[in-house]
Amino acid sequence: MNTRTQVYLWAAQRMSAVVLAVCVLVHLGTLIYAVQGGLSATEILGRSRGSAAWAAFYGVFVLAVAVHAPIGLRSVLAEWLGWRGTGLDALVIVVALAIAALGMRALWAVIA
Amino acid sequence: MSVLQVDVWRGGESGSFQRFEVPRLESQTVLDVVTHIQRVLDPTLSYRFACRVGMCGSCAMTVNGRARWTCRTHVAEVVAGGALEIAPLRNLPVIKDLVTDMREFFDKWAAARGQFRPSASRKDDFARVEPDSPRRQLVDAGIECIGCGVCYAACDVVSWNPEYLGPAALNRAWTLVNDVRDGARDERLAAVAGDAGCHACHTHMSCTERCPKKISPTAAIAGLKRATLGAALKGKA
Repeated sequence: MNTRTQVYLWAAQRMSAVVLAVCVLVHLGTLIYAVQGGLSATEILGRSRGSAAWAAFYGVFVLAVAVHAPIGLRSVLAEWLGWRGTGLDALVIVVALAIAALGMRALWAVIA
Repeated sequence: MSVLQVDVWRGGESGSFQRFEVPRLESQTVLDVVTHIQRVLDPTLSYRFACRVGMCGSCAMTVNGRARWTCRTHVAEVVAGGALEIAPLRNLPVIKDLVTDMREFFDKWAAARGQFRPSASRKDDFARVEPDSPRRQLVDAGIECIGCGVCYAACDVVSWNPEYLGPAALNRAWTLVNDVRDGARDERLAAVAGDAGCHACHTHMSCTERCPKKISPTAAIAGLKRATLGAALKGKA
């Protein structure tokens, strides 16, 4: 991986961290609000199904996680296991795609 | 007269601590203790020093677990229960006893383009740099580095990532990036970017915490992160 891509990865991880900071606060705030009258699937699905706003919010959330976590994982594996190079980069791309796919699938389940 | 119990590393990469008893003196520095051991107790002890006044950067060692400049570290500041443990600097190969091989430390300064590259020739007039100008202030913040290696020994990222240039080399690069007379900015930013450069820093700030000259390599590295991103976006890094 060339140096410029490494710089972009660093920038992407920091920018996704800014997005995540907002997303996590909104998510936790909603969670605390939502459980006030007891927790039920009916209530959650009533709020989320067909909502373009929640679809957009959690869509962004999932994508930010899919960008942020694999870049961090790449550093952790390089530093803790001494694993560097193409194999590591390929693995973190697979992890990013898996997080995005699983997250979008979970989002689809509560939105559609 | 009270006596210090001093454990000193003997050997190379493998070795063990040897106990010495050293008379405790007023205003005694850790370097005084090591010097007493070599001159009075065991002349085979190897260690480095030169100026004894905090200018040359050659006497840094690990004292009671922390990297310090020993000539300016009073025993009273660091002694724990009448005992001292003195070892070579971490993150560098040990040659013998308290002497480390500093080659990779200084090779990384060269790799970070730590050399001044003039943009003017001797035929040009003197550059006039206002002492209060923002860029000169950034240079001033980091220019007093004496190359002692304390920051390098204190850095966990160096121990995890042997390719990492380290705080001192990056601090040096940042002083040159802010030198208005220098003509190698783009080349230098490219050299310090990426996984082996400033972007590997986790901002633990151990370098800043330990630097005997009160320099903040962390701030220099943060500056390089911004500058290299700017250069990358312009297609220069």
